[in-house]
Amino acid sequence: MKKRVIFFCKRLHFVRKSIYLRSPKKGDNQFYKQKNRKMSNYELMVIFTPVLSEDEYKAAQKKYETLVTDNGGTVMHTKPWGLKSLAYPIAKKTTGLYWVMEYSAPTSFNEKLKIQLLRDESAMRHMFTVLDKYAVEYNAKKRSGVQHSSSENAGQ
Amino acid sequence: MAKGNEIKYLTAIKAEKRPKKYCRFKKMGIHYIDYKDADFLKKFLNEQGKLLPRRITGNSLKFQRKVSEAVKKARQMAILPYVTDLLK
Repeated sequence: MKKRVIFFCKRLHFVRKSIYLRSPKKGDNQFYKQKNRKMSNYELMVIFTPVLSEDEYKAAQKKYETLVTDNGGTVMHTKPWGLKSLAYPIAKKTTGLYWVMEYSAPTSFNEKLKIQLLRDESAMRHMFTVLDKYAVEYNAKKRSGVQHSSSENAGQ
Repeated sequence: MAKGNEIKYLTAIKAEKRPKKYCRFKKMGIHYIDYKDADFLKKFLNEQGKLLPRRITGNSLKFQRKVSEAVKKARQMAILPYVTDLLK
């Protein structure tokens, strides 16, 4: 029994070694490059502080939109909800300026956007959502005005 | 042995049958649950803003999970409250 365990460990070590010491191949780099180039659909929701003026609110939206397009993404749709009361106070504020953006961007981009949002003092809270194909479909339908809203159908 | 139709009961048997619960998402063919739709999500919450169990809503496991994720997202973005009284 012991012998077998030792043998097994040795084998494991050998296998691991072979992975670490493997010389880099041509495909490796390409794989990582492809991974970075992969695009995904996202939705970003930001709550800005209610103290922003109308112009500042628009400027902030514009700023993040350009940030997406500069990084090789495309903005599908944006929707400012405007001033809305919060379900609970955030940063001692009971209202917030909501903003929703739907975009597709490289998978590595969200990290950058997150840093910008955290630095921004006017953004109280933000959230990214990865959209699958059903979500994209749902949003597109909702935008075009079809009453597909799940609340309509599943209401009973 | 008495046959089925010969047995006589002293009290009438309850004939009332509850309609079987079903998953509304499966039935209606809904694939995506929107976290921004607060009114819809409120159907799956009790008065204190807690999630209702599957045995009451009748959701399938797949969609119960999606509902709970949507509710949690909505809570984070202050669309739904974490704790309240008299939500409805």
